[in-house]
Amino acid sequence: MSTRQTRTAGRLLVAPSVVLLFVWMIVPLVMTLYFSTLRYSLLDPGSEVYVGLENYRYFLTDPAFFASLVNTLVLVGSVLAISIVGGIFFALLLDQPVWGLPIIRLMVIAPFFVMPTVSALIWKNLFMHPVSGLFAWIARSFGFTPVDWFAEMPLFAIIVIVAWQWLPFATLILLTALQSLDGEQKEAAEMDGAGPVSTFIWIVLPHLARPITVVILIETIFLLTVFAEILVTTGGGPGLQTTNIAFLVYAQALLQYDVGGASAGGIVAVVLANIVAFFLVRLIGKNLEA
Amino acid sequence: MAREHTKTYRAGISVIAWAASLTLFFPILWMVVTSFKSELDAFASPPVFLFFDWTLENYHIVQTRSDYFRHASNSVILSCGSTLLALLIAIPAAWAMAFAPSKRTKDTLLWMLSTKMMPPVGVLVPIYLLYRDTGLLDSRMGLVALLCLGNLPIVIWMLFTYFKEIPKDILEAARMDGATTLKEIVYVLAPMALPGIASTLLLNVILAWNEAFWTLNLTTSKAAPLTVFIAAYSSPEGLFWAKLSAASTLAIAPILVIGWLSQRQLVRGLTFGAVK
Amino acid sequence: MGKIQLQGVRKVFGQVTVIPGVDLTVDDGSFVVFVGPSGCGKSTLLRLIAGLEDVSGGHIFIDGRDVAGLPAAQRGLSMVFQSYALYPHMTVRGNIGFGLKMAGTPKAEIARKVEAAAATLNLTPYLERKPGQLSGGQRQRVAIGRAIVREPKAFLFDEPLSNLDAALRVQMRLEISRLQKDLGTTAIYVTHDQVEAMTMADRIVVLNQGNVEQVGSPIELYERPNSLFVAGFIGSPQMNFLKGAYAAAHGAPTIGVRPEHMRAARGGEGWKGVVAVAEHLGSDTFLHVDLAEGGIVTARVIGELGLSAGDAVVLSPDPARIYRFDADGKAVAK
Repeated sequence: MSTRQTRTAGRLLVAPSVVLLFVWMIVPLVMTLYFSTLRYSLLDPGSEVYVGLENYRYFLTDPAFFASLVNTLVLVGSVLAISIVGGIFFALLLDQPVWGLPIIRLMVIAPFFVMPTVSALIWKNLFMHPVSGLFAWIARSFGFTPVDWFAEMPLFAIIVIVAWQWLPFATLILLTALQSLDGEQKEAAEMDGAGPVSTFIWIVLPHLARPITVVILIETIFLLTVFAEILVTTGGGPGLQTTNIAFLVYAQALLQYDVGGASAGGIVAVVLANIVAFFLVRLIGKNLEA
Repeated sequence: MAREHTKTYRAGISVIAWAASLTLFFPILWMVVTSFKSELDAFASPPVFLFFDWTLENYHIVQTRSDYFRHASNSVILSCGSTLLALLIAIPAAWAMAFAPSKRTKDTLLWMLSTKMMPPVGVLVPIYLLYRDTGLLDSRMGLVALLCLGNLPIVIWMLFTYFKEIPKDILEAARMDGATTLKEIVYVLAPMALPGIASTLLLNVILAWNEAFWTLNLTTSKAAPLTVFIAAYSSPEGLFWAKLSAASTLAIAPILVIGWLSQRQLVRGLTFGAVK
Repeated sequence: MGKIQLQGVRKVFGQVTVIPGVDLTVDDGSFVVFVGPSGCGKSTLLRLIAGLEDVSGGHIFIDGRDVAGLPAAQRGLSMVFQSYALYPHMTVRGNIGFGLKMAGTPKAEIARKVEAAAATLNLTPYLERKPGQLSGGQRQRVAIGRAIVREPKAFLFDEPLSNLDAALRVQMRLEISRLQKDLGTTAIYVTHDQVEAMTMADRIVVLNQGNVEQVGSPIELYERPNSLFVAGFIGSPQMNFLKGAYAAAHGAPTIGVRPEHMRAARGGEGWKGVVAVAEHLGSDTFLHVDLAEGGIVTARVIGELGLSAGDAVVLSPDPARIYRFDADGKAVAK
């Protein structure tokens, strides 16, 4: 409900954002699509040849693609599992009448604000170093042989680092959701004879269903493109053990200078992300009407 | 709930909560402690926890290295510049969507959101080539533009949710008072939405500060922010832990403060208003 | 000057026609009240005049100039909102002076005019406060100050008193009326409260489903309502409507009698009934009576009659004050 005047002003003021985002999304994407049909190497510019879907065939049948797809899924799945389960635990804990809650809150949320390169290097050196890392010392004190994390279980090491960064995010959102739960609802459940466990299962969990979905979708968007943590710790190795799709595309483009192959990989990544985005957008869209 | 919990319950749950959160926070704590050690102590095994010669040497060295300052100032310029630019573009757009909505507003908002979901690797190649060919590679301007566009959907969304809470009457009163759309935004909407605009600004400074895909791929030295500076410590493994810790502490300290200040608004921004 | 004319003004939201077409003239300097139940389109009509909504058809003339295509800012009107819509971040001074500032008035002149307006409204001690530090009545006055300081062609009031408590409402009612008379500025006032309409208006416009049901002075509407709708809306307590035998006796499908136009007695000729509830107000008594032949009527009796629930009563309506309505709800001439 407004006048033509304000609607015109409205269109005029939305236009810059729409145009910019449209250009930012469409132009590079179309270029990526175009490059993905070329044999195009940065080492040999000017020799581009149209090869149709050759790059896709090559990229999708490359064992590296399958390995990195699996790595991506394992990474995303594990981090999601850790952050959701851990997030629920922390959220429930912080929803209790704990002493010094503001300080605890700050400590729990802090890892989310640490830049990826910092957290990766701190974990890699100060904690997971096979000789001088804190974990190695702990293992030795209990009489175990220290684990060389990035050699023996590199993907797990990366999962730990990434999960450490995203657990606070899940906690923060689930805690916010938990605090919006009507206290009377819980009291009503209590009056109905529900114990703490049944209250959690029948009242709290259903209330958290939506925020959990939101956490899953948003984390997935970000986790699909984990990059810096891999670049500064393992560089995708050893072998392909920690290469995910994002890193593979990067390596293809800027390490092997294969623009065509990297572009095909980029498109594959976009398709994967879109599957997730489809559900997230629908969920948020529904919320917009409420 | 207006019920007193028993002292024992509070004590027990507090111990658990403190233990759990200290564990989660420990890496940051350990990093800060390490930053005050000599390199020898930092590397010592068994590790020294509190009883070592505390020194500011690492900070001193990091501070005097000119490239730290360059990277730090790049971080400030990139994160603040991209955020301010985004706000400038987004405030009018969010005004329009909140107060002069059309049939397509909802679709536009969701479409904007979907652009944020495009994985950067999908467009890495053309952006890299475009930047290389236009001389934007390793330039602050190029990165400001990129980070601005990357965060624009979040900025618009956050502002939209804040603007939605401002009574329409007040803007109409301004219109009756003879204010043009621009004056309405500058004199009435912006001051009223200031808390919301401020938290939008903070969140996006955080996101831009920590952005580590474009900064790592598109800069080498001139425009490189702290993410890249820290990444450079990855090569000579194990040699400069104390200095790495000091540099890292400096790199995350401002963001940690801003983040703590804006944690509530953060939820709203990061979930596009789906959780408040 | 401020003569406002509406010619065939229509408003359609999507599929819904809110105002099918209104013709109306508001004379310069008059106080016109739009009254009607919620959803009757009175606020929409006001917003159309204000320029906060576009007309779907028709013309709006202010002093002879068609403003239907002009934005709100250029119509030279000012408005007092139901929520007051004060700018929370500005002081009272800033709020009142905002319109002048937008018009580019020199600072000294703004200060002078704001202070004059504040003095009229007893707001001088509060000039440097923010709206959040004011009481409801003071906020209301700031909203009015904001409206008068620009010396508009007309004031538009959108249910401005509905957020005040009863006592304050009576006081503000008087203040607004007096202020409008003093300034001589045209005013259009929207309300759903017929008491406000009766007490403040020079002319009342009764709206029903977007149509003008009747226009007239308060007394005209009270004495000569031209429909059941107006008769039922104007006057408090509401007019009693009777059908069946009571109406047939007067040769109409429906008759109406106002509570104050009936006399009650313990016996005699008239409508027999039983008191269901008696509300004793001291000055008068409202008797809600179950009539013998069906229906409940309310009678207003001066003073105390000593009647209470369950007592038999006889009501005798003043024959000159019985309104007759045809099957369509239109008034039938006496």
